[in-house]
Amino acid sequence: MEWINALVQGILLGGLYALFAAGLSLIFGVMRLVNIAHGDLIVLAAFLGLTVTTATGMHPLLALIVVVPLMAGLGYALQRGLLNQTLGDDILPPLLVTFGLSVILQNGLLEIYSADPQKLSAGGLETASLPVGGLSLGVLPLLTFAIAVLVIWGLQWTFYHTSLGRSFRAVSDNQDIAQLMGINRRHVFGLAMALALAVTAVAGILLGIRTSFDPSVGGGRLIFGFEAVIIGGLGNLWGTLAGGVILGVAQTIGAKIDPGWQILAGHIVFLLILAVRPNGLFPRIAA
Amino acid sequence: MKTTFRKPTRRGFLATGVAALAAPAILRSSRAYAANPVIKVGHVSPRTGPLAGFAEADDYVLEAIGKTFAAGLENNGKSYTIEIISKDSQSNPNRAAEVAADLILGDEVDIIVAASTPDTVNPVADQAEVNEVPCITTDCPWQPYFFGRNGVPGEGFMNTYHFFWGLEDVIAAFLDMWDSAGVAKNVGGLFPNDADGNAWGDAENGLPKPLAAAGYNLIDPGRYQPPSDDFSNQIAAFKEAGCEIVTGNMIPPDFATFWAQAAQQGFNPKIVTIGKALLFPSVIESLGDRGEGLSSEVWWSPNHPFSSSLTGASSRELAEGYSAASGRPWTQPIGFKHALFEVVADVIRRAEDLEDPAAIVSAIAATNIDTIVGPVNWANGPINNVTKTPLVAGQWQKDGDAMDLKIVANSTAPNIPTTGELKLL
Repeated sequence: MEWINALVQGILLGGLYALFAAGLSLIFGVMRLVNIAHGDLIVLAAFLGLTVTTATGMHPLLALIVVVPLMAGLGYALQRGLLNQTLGDDILPPLLVTFGLSVILQNGLLEIYSADPQKLSAGGLETASLPVGGLSLGVLPLLTFAIAVLVIWGLQWTFYHTSLGRSFRAVSDNQDIAQLMGINRRHVFGLAMALALAVTAVAGILLGIRTSFDPSVGGGRLIFGFEAVIIGGLGNLWGTLAGGVILGVAQTIGAKIDPGWQILAGHIVFLLILAVRPNGLFPRIAA
Repeated sequence: MKTTFRKPTRRGFLATGVAALAAPAILRSSRAYAANPVIKVGHVSPRTGPLAGFAEADDYVLEAIGKTFAAGLENNGKSYTIEIISKDSQSNPNRAAEVAADLILGDEVDIIVAASTPDTVNPVADQAEVNEVPCITTDCPWQPYFFGRNGVPGEGFMNTYHFFWGLEDVIAAFLDMWDSAGVAKNVGGLFPNDADGNAWGDAENGLPKPLAAAGYNLIDPGRYQPPSDDFSNQIAAFKEAGCEIVTGNMIPPDFATFWAQAAQQGFNPKIVTIGKALLFPSVIESLGDRGEGLSSEVWWSPNHPFSSSLTGASSRELAEGYSAASGRPWTQPIGFKHALFEVVADVIRRAEDLEDPAAIVSAIAATNIDTIVGPVNWANGPINNVTKTPLVAGQWQKDGDAMDLKIVANSTAPNIPTTGELKLL
């Protein structure tokens, strides 16, 4: 029973990690951009949520109505204004620019919100639980997992059932030919980043409800996000969900053996998978 | 009237020029001739970051201290101006070492002081020890301070002195509180893999031995890596063992995660006594109704029967002064931060030669004053370079609209009155 509990809690934790990773996976899949600032954008979303909830007294989940469009708009502007200029044959410039962006975001947040830890208060939702077959599962982790599945499903559906998704796949396959077919790839990249940051907004708010955050925690979130993407296979959205779950389960099972193993076990599983299958478990793109 | 203008001669020009060039060298060492010689005190404190709560009263305390120091301090019949240079450690031990080195080597401080957790105190004390600058610290249990810096009992340190309580006091205060409650003697322990957590959980010097001796069964799943996203395994282990008490030493974000998950997973202990995380009203308030009834050690409160040797203010006056000035509730570090400068002032007054660091160090060692947190006298320490202040246990209870930390167990220091009774969760 204890092992089942560790397993189930790990799966639920994996939902949060999958949300961290979904945005990364999406933009890598569309434009081969590795966004080092992703973790800091998650924290930025959490702080935006904090500002909205303290200003209006809204429930943090309701604040998504404001934060999601805000982050999406920011994503589009960021891509068209900055990141599009760096995209090309070389993978290094966008990497360096997002690294710089990460430093700017951290210090900007530090300047505005100070380094004090903050938390989004969601009232009874934080402690509510459901008894399931002898296990007691938190409503918030369940909700997080459900949202993660829904978000991944939504992204997948967008990719394969809408004209926007067709544009995404077209520029992903061959930018120049897509451009010849009348697709404005700069605009499509902007939309992809907007979608990615909209997902980031959801991840940030859920992180803020689950635990405390401060401007410096972004880097740690980025690592879990990256690991989930790579375990699942680059560019594969369902794979990213699987990657998040594997990472979460590895952590809780590791902690079951000894709490000191919690973080380490996640990293070890990641390294093992990288060693055995360098392209991840379910790669969509041949490296 | 006839004025003569003498042409500058080569010899005259050279003499004046050399004198002008040499002047700064002589002037620089002329501190003793200035109207008021200056003694610089460096202060390192975690103003920002996860430990910022410990330093939130810094501005208030330093301002009040600055006022009492404004007239200067007397030493051997001479008046000295005291300049306090305060720097932020950003809650980061590396940064704390950096700013301490900066204060010692850059600002050339005569005394360095630091407060709040091993992450601030240890790096600063280490820098002071290496550079042979007198150092006084507080607000960190003495075991992580002494053993965390590889102190050897019987030898101790040359230049660094510390006053606070130790783990034996925290254990005694916790047991005193739990004994009266009549709950099952199964205790869940949450110890992170950091300086505090390793000291609290240490099999020899930490909680395990004395708890066993008092008949308590400590369930310790092991050191976890902070910050942690998940405590479900610890919660499962505590449920399995029937723990009715949870104790440990955590940072506020980890406790928030644990306490939310405990509720989600149906674990409802009757007493939750956690060091560090539950010290501050702001943390308790962020937990909402779930903050009521949590308990913690109490190092200082407005009800402590001590007063300041500098200003004469009682504990209550100092605490209420802070609340009035900031509009925020009092916190425990206020008293210790104030006491730190009480000791500094006392040392500056007594030192035989303020120019000589060794004389300042021996003045620190000979300290014997009653501060706002109790007597400070390094002759009475449990170990070299350490002296202890009294410690009791308290519980957060609703008092009107706000949460108040009531002292509920005081047999460890009966001169500090209790202000409430322990209520089970």
